[in-house]
Amino acid sequence: MQEKKNQRSFFKMASVAVMMFGFGYLLVPLYDIFCELTGLNGKTGVTTESEIAAQYQPDKNRLVTVQFVANNASDMPWDFKPLVSTMQVTPGQLTAAQFVASNTTHTEMTGQAVPSVSPTKASRYFNKTECFCFEKQSLAAGESKEMPLRFVVDPRLPDDVKTLTLAYTLFDVSNKTAAN
Amino acid sequence: MSHEATHDGHDDHGPAKGLMRWVTTTNHKDIGTLYLLFALVMFFIGGAMAMVIRAELFQPGLQVVDPQFFNSMTTVHALVMIFGAVMPAFTGLANWLIPMQIGAPDMALPRMNNFSFWILPFAFSLLLSTFFMEGGGPAGGWTIYPPLSLQMGDGFPFMIFAIHLAGISSIMGSINVVVTILNMRAPGMTLMKMPLFVWTWLITAYLLIATMPVLAGAVTMLLTDKFAATSFFSAAGGGDPVMYQHIFWFFGHPEVYILILPAFGIVSAIVPTFARKPLFGYSSMVYATASIAFLSFIVWAHHMFTVGMPVVGELFFMYATMMIAVPTGVKVFNWVSTMWKGSMTFETPMLFAIGFIMMFTLGGFSGLMLAIAPADFQYHDTYFVVAHFHYVLVTGAIYSIMAAAYYWLPKWTGNMYDETLGKWHFWISTISVNVLFFPQHFLGLAGMPRRIPDYAVQFADWNMISSIGGFVFGLSQLMFVVVIYKAIKGGKKATDQVWEGATGLEFEQLSSPPPYHSFNEAPVIK
Repeated sequence: MQEKKNQRSFFKMASVAVMMFGFGYLLVPLYDIFCELTGLNGKTGVTTESEIAAQYQPDKNRLVTVQFVANNASDMPWDFKPLVSTMQVTPGQLTAAQFVASNTTHTEMTGQAVPSVSPTKASRYFNKTECFCFEKQSLAAGESKEMPLRFVVDPRLPDDVKTLTLAYTLFDVSNKTAAN
Repeated sequence: MSHEATHDGHDDHGPAKGLMRWVTTTNHKDIGTLYLLFALVMFFIGGAMAMVIRAELFQPGLQVVDPQFFNSMTTVHALVMIFGAVMPAFTGLANWLIPMQIGAPDMALPRMNNFSFWILPFAFSLLLSTFFMEGGGPAGGWTIYPPLSLQMGDGFPFMIFAIHLAGISSIMGSINVVVTILNMRAPGMTLMKMPLFVWTWLITAYLLIATMPVLAGAVTMLLTDKFAATSFFSAAGGGDPVMYQHIFWFFGHPEVYILILPAFGIVSAIVPTFARKPLFGYSSMVYATASIAFLSFIVWAHHMFTVGMPVVGELFFMYATMMIAVPTGVKVFNWVSTMWKGSMTFETPMLFAIGFIMMFTLGGFSGLMLAIAPADFQYHDTYFVVAHFHYVLVTGAIYSIMAAAYYWLPKWTGNMYDETLGKWHFWISTISVNVLFFPQHFLGLAGMPRRIPDYAVQFADWNMISSIGGFVFGLSQLMFVVVIYKAIKGGKKATDQVWEGATGLEFEQLSSPPPYHSFNEAPVIK
């Protein structure tokens, strides 16, 4: 009797442990959803040009400063910088900007840029229609490339936000691409 | 039970002879002893690493070890002390005491009990073997944050598997505790009659079952990030290193309470004995323990205030953290009220218990300071944090384990320990541990970062004082070993009740030492 009861309790507790192992993995998608909803970690939104025309009225009375920052991950040798470092942007208006990357090495490499917007609470209002960060970028040895970016700042951006910073970090993903 | 019944005719048979007794044993007392001895060995291995750390920090500059090795010392010191010393020590106490305190003949799942202990030596051999591999031991901090931890050398998978094994061991141990407490209590031993040590362990076991698998998941993700081309924590592949911190601390904060809740139970047993008064506010103690356990799940991000969080998040985690001070305050209030107007005597277990109450409260107070999100930006990753968690873990958890060892040693061995040596051990430890850790508050407030082998000369004086305290504290623990050795070998016989004011089944209904198989017939609970 007692042994049966103990076995039943054991399986109950063991299944809780197994479920919590699964829950650890479930935290990964939950975290992504949470970041998307709150803009945590500067995750930016994606939109299309048709949506912009339908949704946004350009707010002609307001200008927001957008700063561009380019960083390299520690093992990334490319030259990577924005063409202009600061822009005045009208919220609701589709705007274009360029970054330049050049592969300074003697081999073909692939890079992946990862964006982040500060301050956190503004990141939800920063939407891109086109970005070099949507795809991996391959450059031959010594090649340079202008990389385009088109974005719109949502006119509903809170009034106290006057400056937005868009930072890209460029990672070397040559190995991962080769493996695939 | 039918198997048990056929043995009843032999009455009480003793342990098997020889070394194999310890390998094959399923007896809760033997396994408790194994856990406790293992924890003691690990305490000295981790302590030796702390001595290396304090030797290097004795003076500014690099003189004793190289920085990489220094970093592996801080990392492995923490892993060994948490997973190898404190947790197994509490599990050992649980094995020894829970069956005796609830009137059960043994743990509910004795074979699994044997297995969960014998995994541990393998886990820690794996962990310590990394020191002899290309790239050395883990050196990225015990929290093994990526991307830094992923840069570890050949030892990386060994460290991960060591954590897996230690985790499996403590999950099995916890399942055993839960099943034993829920199913094996003697008739009449209702939940609200259980000693607080049993209560706190029941809640601790639930915390372990709920959080250790999450840690296992997090380190498995690290493993696949390094070897299987996943990108859970690599930004280049769409992952996020900050997510690791969230998952880790979702485990890590309950883990902190896993390391302290059984201590609350121990102190709640010792203080009434030597104050010769029943515990003040028993049921509020139970509810306070449960609320601390609940709150531990919603405060994890206070470990990462500086990582970049919305203000609302910082405020939530700040207030939730501060709320923990309320149930903890209830506990401290109850211990003090138990002592109030009691006929107190100050034998070694009581000294350690009172030392626990005072110094743990001090550590809790610096914890409250760290909980203030705006102030934390100054304290974060400084020696102030180091001082804080050593006050709650060394003078908190370790002191409670020492108190428990002195308190129950006469019960376990049948011999009184050397009281004079015990008192020397307490006083030298208590003076030196404060010389060791109190100056680290000043160092932290002045801006000395943690986990560095070298520092600016402005920090030199307090570091030297801290190191001297460290060496004295480290050496004085040898007295503890002598006390234990002498008590096992012989000495004045202990009475069955051991202490004048002791209560509970193990003191009231069992001899000292207790028979190898106790409570084969359930005791009568008054």
